[in-house]
Amino acid sequence: MEFLVSATNGSIRGSRWLLLHSVFVFAFLYLPIAVLIVYSFNGAGVGGFPPRNLTLDWYRTLFSDGAIWESVGNSLIVAAVAVVIALGLGIPAALALDRAQFPGKTLFRRLVLLPLILPGIITGLSLLMLFNEASIKLSLLTIVLGHGTALISVATTEVFAGLQKLDRAQEEASLDLGANYWQTFLRVTLPNLRLSIIGAALLIFTLSMDEIAVSFFLIGRDNTLPLEIWGRLRRGITPEINAISTIIFVFSLVAIVLWYRLRRSAEGSPEVAAELIETAVQGAES
Amino acid sequence: MFSRAYRAVVTVPPLLWVTVFLLIPYALMFCYSFWMVSTSQTIVHSWSLANYRQLLTVDVYWQTLLRSMWIAARVMLFSLLLGYPLAYFLSFYAGAKKDLFYQLVIIPLWVSYLVRAYAWKTILGSDGVLNTLLQYVHLTKHPLEFLLYSPFAVVLTLTHIYTPFTFLPIYASLEHIPRNLVEASSDLGASPAQTFWRVIFPLSIPGVLAGATFAFVLSLGDFLAPLLLGGPSGIMISNIVVSLFGAAYNWPLGAAISLCMLVLVVSLLFVSERLEKKWSFS
Repeated sequence: MEFLVSATNGSIRGSRWLLLHSVFVFAFLYLPIAVLIVYSFNGAGVGGFPPRNLTLDWYRTLFSDGAIWESVGNSLIVAAVAVVIALGLGIPAALALDRAQFPGKTLFRRLVLLPLILPGIITGLSLLMLFNEASIKLSLLTIVLGHGTALISVATTEVFAGLQKLDRAQEEASLDLGANYWQTFLRVTLPNLRLSIIGAALLIFTLSMDEIAVSFFLIGRDNTLPLEIWGRLRRGITPEINAISTIIFVFSLVAIVLWYRLRRSAEGSPEVAAELIETAVQGAES
Repeated sequence: MFSRAYRAVVTVPPLLWVTVFLLIPYALMFCYSFWMVSTSQTIVHSWSLANYRQLLTVDVYWQTLLRSMWIAARVMLFSLLLGYPLAYFLSFYAGAKKDLFYQLVIIPLWVSYLVRAYAWKTILGSDGVLNTLLQYVHLTKHPLEFLLYSPFAVVLTLTHIYTPFTFLPIYASLEHIPRNLVEASSDLGASPAQTFWRVIFPLSIPGVLAGATFAFVLSLGDFLAPLLLGGPSGIMISNIVVSLFGAAYNWPLGAAISLCMLVLVVSLLFVSERLEKKWSFS
């Protein structure tokens, strides 16, 4: 008992430093976001302390800025199609990794997951060379193909994790009772993977909306939102960018809260992103 | 239990897609790296080692590569120094607030990478938030110039971006440590420091390796933060590749550099995976 008490005293002293450190890290993580939001209301533009002349002007400018909204529209389309491609191939890929044996399976797994950890520039450039050799003109389509390909990794990881938790007996029962493979897939496998699939879709959508390193090389005439922002940043700093970022941040927050509600009600505390990074580094040992 | 047809249906489409959009592009990158640009600015499909020779002999290429690795190493180190204690605190001391704090670490990840880099630019600039604040409280008379357009700005921004990514796997590995091991250690008379260094830390090494690799590899290949905040002294290897694929128009040389990066990254992953296996006890 005495040991325990002394151990606890020591750790309380230790934990005070840890608490201080954690407060510092949170401040570091949130400082730029706070600055971003505050200066979206600053009449005097970005920079300059203290902020003065609070105003909604930048939001007004933003709402009448056609180019930005066009790029938001493009990004939404790209993200939606990327979700379809990544899920359309990621779900079968996860099933294949889980339940099929074929030559080159290890190589296949590593290739699928590689874009998770590879700097975007390599994925982007290698696809640029492909499109160049195949004489395909760069457009939103090439960006969609790039996003879809890079994000199959996310779909595969998430769905594969879901399959590992799946009770095989349910599928066996369905097959024994006379359902064919297709019916079993639609009525047993898919409903059981529902959460993994929704989670993957949300993650893919967000990652695609934010993607710039791959898009940078595959862009045609039409800009996605990050590339539109990039173009403006090169010309100079404008509070309009703070305003659009603030709006997107609020939307993302709503999405996260909804997602965690859903997930919490189903299976307790989530560790989605951690799974993803470990898989990325380890090449998904199964 | 699954028929041959079922297996073929789930295997063939992803296999085809991966071949066309990943395997062939990497192979093309390999081929390009041996090709040349003619004087009339077209790519000639003739094979030579000239690009690689250039990489080895022209100082700016390998010096920039070394500088990028040095920047990436610092980002990795700082992300670990910030992320590990945070993960440790959350996992062992945060109690019921654990989940809330966990979400708080994740939320910044939902703000666009580009936008956060831009936010740092507005903070660090010579008439930015930090410099005007310092002058406002009379700590400095003139703006500090080294804050922006320097390797410092790049390291700071990338650390900000990769700290949550480093935190995540470390936190996951700490959460998986059976708590009775920790209790046993202190019951047997180990001090908190001993318990940490001899029980907790060794068990968290796989998470540390995953986080460190992620931070190092992704900062190594970054080109947006250096373009936005790095200035001439903060140029990284990917910036050279970007210019070779753009204005400088030498795709083959760019491909050779990219291929070196690809090989470097894949070997790092290989080493990290080996080490993780060595250190995982489960």
